[in-house]
Amino acid sequence: MTPAEARRIGLRFENIDKRYGGLYALRRVSLEIAPGECVALAGRNGSGKTTLLRIAAQLARPSAGKLTFSPAQTEAAPTATNTGFVAHATMVYDELTAEENLLLFARLLEIPEPAKRVESLLRDVGLFERRDSLVRTFSRGMRQRVAIARALLHEPSVLLLDEPGTGLDPQGVGWLADTLRRLRDAGSTILMSLHGESEISALATRAIRLDAGAVVADTRSGGNLRSILTFADA
Amino acid sequence: MSLLSNTTVLLGKELRTEFRSRELLTTTIVFVLIVIVLFSFNLNPTTEESRHFGPGLLWLAFLFAASLMLQPCFVREQNNDTLSSLRLSVSDPFAIFLSKLCANTLFLLLTELLLLPIFAVLYNVPLLGVFPQLILVLSLGSLGLSVTGTAVSAISAQARMRELLLPLLLLPLWIPLLLPGTEATAALLSEDPVLRWDWIAILLVFDIIFLTAVWLFGEYLLEE
Repeated sequence: MTPAEARRIGLRFENIDKRYGGLYALRRVSLEIAPGECVALAGRNGSGKTTLLRIAAQLARPSAGKLTFSPAQTEAAPTATNTGFVAHATMVYDELTAEENLLLFARLLEIPEPAKRVESLLRDVGLFERRDSLVRTFSRGMRQRVAIARALLHEPSVLLLDEPGTGLDPQGVGWLADTLRRLRDAGSTILMSLHGESEISALATRAIRLDAGAVVADTRSGGNLRSILTFADA
Repeated sequence: MSLLSNTTVLLGKELRTEFRSRELLTTTIVFVLIVIVLFSFNLNPTTEESRHFGPGLLWLAFLFAASLMLQPCFVREQNNDTLSSLRLSVSDPFAIFLSKLCANTLFLLLTELLLLPIFAVLYNVPLLGVFPQLILVLSLGSLGLSVTGTAVSAISAQARMRELLLPLLLLPLWIPLLLPGTEATAALLSEDPVLRWDWIAILLVFDIIFLTAVWLFGEYLLEE
């Protein structure tokens, strides 16, 4: 068993409900994401994709039901710190430079040789020349690159991405697709919300569509991946 | 070990962002300065009068300064959802709280240190002889203000009426701190200065109780 295979983690959502006041964001969602699977989540705005991702990241507690990880006895225990999460918000500090932001999170994650890892990531996302600029001076696409770099700092076992291509130019989307492919092939479990088809959606080995907080289509139940992503069967 | 290293890293971030923008310190110092100067002009107190009501005025000014300073400490983490990225990066969420507590206490103490000489001049109260004892009282008081203020700031940051909620929750909570703080300061500013250990002990107990409470329940304060 390779180290990459050894750290594979799967997710199991069992009858998950999430209510905000009287409003159901998720309703009895039951899903099993196998270790190493790359899953694309599709659905209209407000269908519950973001809520599902936040529950998977353990940033929100379900109102009912439970989230478990498999294999339960894995040494790579499913803690929040081996999860990488890219949200709608950039989750980085505007008042810090790109390098300061990544160094901050690298040190918190106790990554060995943080400066080296940060330099390598800054080069990968094409921001090395702007490493000393405050994030608040960046365009949306550049901020998204910093956000993605932050989520990838520790090469997480579980990667949760909420519309990761937002603001990225075609070059950035290409880089992200290559990076996700490498992580997927190394055994990371990827759950990402997407709109339509793209270079990134082509990586998905499975697609799930949510509607009004419930799972309405899943390639595992016989749905077609392309149709689910493009709403062709809706 | 992780708690200590995470707290140190996060404290560095708090200090760096504040000293880069100086938003909190500047507004708080200017506000407290205005309060002290206005009272001085309005009352024009003698030394004797200053010894009598100066400590109360000083502590009220510190309370207002703290409520102003503590308001944005968690709200700022919501702008880009950085609280979530911190929660995903630290092994002990208490480090997030502890770093903010340390930063707030430092900022508050800095404000108080800058204010004391101005207070001494405007109110004709000699402070040099009791400066170390005064620092002890102010440190314990500032820690109490910060620990409760940081906790309430975390709670109110997710509320809709947070600007109103914070002072409404905080000011009553600070009464047990205001009384011993004022009395201990008054004893130090009297003609025969004395360090009242009974009031110091109350300040210490207040700090220990709230520190223990946030250590036990701090993680829940950071959840959605």
